[in-house]
Amino acid sequence: MIPFFGWLTALLTIGGLYWGFFETPDTLSDQKEYYRIIYIHVGAAWMSMWLYIMMATWALAGLVFQTRLYFMIAKAIAPTGAIATFLALWTGAFWGKTSWGTWWDWDPRMTSELILLFLYMGYMALQSAIDDPRRADRAAALLALVGLVCVPIIFWSINCPNPNECAALHQSSKPGGGNMDPNILIAMLAVALAFWMYSFVAILMRVRNIILERERHTTWVNKLLEKKQ
Amino acid sequence: MKPRHKRIVFAAIAVVAIGIAAKLIIASIDKGSSYFYSPKKVLAGEAPKDQVFRIGGLVKVGSMQRIGKTLTVEFIITDNQSAEVTTHYTGILPDLFKEGQGVVAKGRLGENGIFNAEEVLAKHDEKYLAPEVKDALEEAHNEAIKNKETAQ
Repeated sequence: MIPFFGWLTALLTIGGLYWGFFETPDTLSDQKEYYRIIYIHVGAAWMSMWLYIMMATWALAGLVFQTRLYFMIAKAIAPTGAIATFLALWTGAFWGKTSWGTWWDWDPRMTSELILLFLYMGYMALQSAIDDPRRADRAAALLALVGLVCVPIIFWSINCPNPNECAALHQSSKPGGGNMDPNILIAMLAVALAFWMYSFVAILMRVRNIILERERHTTWVNKLLEKKQ
Repeated sequence: MKPRHKRIVFAAIAVVAIGIAAKLIIASIDKGSSYFYSPKKVLAGEAPKDQVFRIGGLVKVGSMQRIGKTLTVEFIITDNQSAEVTTHYTGILPDLFKEGQGVVAKGRLGENGIFNAEEVLAKHDEKYLAPEVKDALEEAHNEAIKNKETAQ
C-alpha cells in the first residue's frame, strides 16, 4: 500500500503544480501571481482539519473499544496533522503579506487555526510526557476529543449563515458558484489530493514503527529482527 | 449494561456535548463579532473610545487624496449606504489597496471624528477568475438584469 500511495502523491503533486503554474491565468481580477499560493495553502488547511477529525475519531474509537491499535493510529496521525497546520499558517502568512499587507492578524480563522496547531502539539506533548503507553493513550485521546470543538469553529469562522455577521480578513470560501477558474480548481484539487495521499504514506509508515516499538518484547518482533540480521 | 455499552453511551454523550459547545461558541462569535466594526457602528458610537479598534468597509470611489506633500493619505471608508468614516493613514498601502476595494483599518478615532489608522489591510474577494472572464461574466449578468427589466 505504501508505494502505491507514494507514487500517487508524486504524480498528483507534479501534475497539480504543473497545471497550476502553466495552465492558469497569471493575474486574477484583483490579485496577481501570488494567488498561486492557494494550491498549497488550501490543501494544507483542508488536511489540517480533516486529519484532526480522523485523529479524534480513532482516539474515540480507542476509548470505546479499548483497542490499542486505534490509539496507535491516532498517535501516528498527530505529527502529519501538525505539519499540515503549520504549512497552512506559514503559506498563509506569505499570501497575507502580499495581498492583505500583513504577515499575521488576529482574524477569527487564523486564530482558530493557530489554536489547532497548539492542540496538535499539546496532544503530542501529553502523549510523550506519560511513560505508561496505556495511560498516555487514554489521556491524549481525551484531549484530542475535547479539542475537536475547534474544527467546526475554523470552518464556520468564515462561512457563517449570515455573511454580514462574519467579520474576517479572509474572504468567504464556499465551494462552487462559478467563482473559480476551472483550471485553478483542477490544480488545487489535485494538490489537495496529493496531500491526502502523502498523509496515507506518512501515517502508515509511522503506525508500522509505533507497532514495532510497542511490541518489541514479543516473540514475533524478535523473530523479525533475527531474520533481518 | 456491559462496560462496553457504557463506554459507547459515554462516547455518544461526548460527541453531542462537543457539538453543542461548538454551536454555542459559533453563535457567540457571530453575535459579538468584534474583529472589526462597520462604519455604521462607528458613527453610532458603538466602537470603543480612546482604544485601538478596526473598521471594515469599502474605500469610497473618488475619496482618496494625499494631504499636501506628506505621506499621509486621506480616504473615506464606507458601507456603500449612508455611513462614511474619514480616515488618515501615513505609510505604505498594500498592493491591493484601491478605491472600491474592501479594507480593514486599525487605529483610533480622533476627537474631530477622523479615524487615524496605524495599519491598513486590503481584503480581496473569493473570485479566482482571470480579469477578462470576470468582466465577461459581469457584462452577462448586467445584460440579464436589463433584459428582465425590459420584459416586465
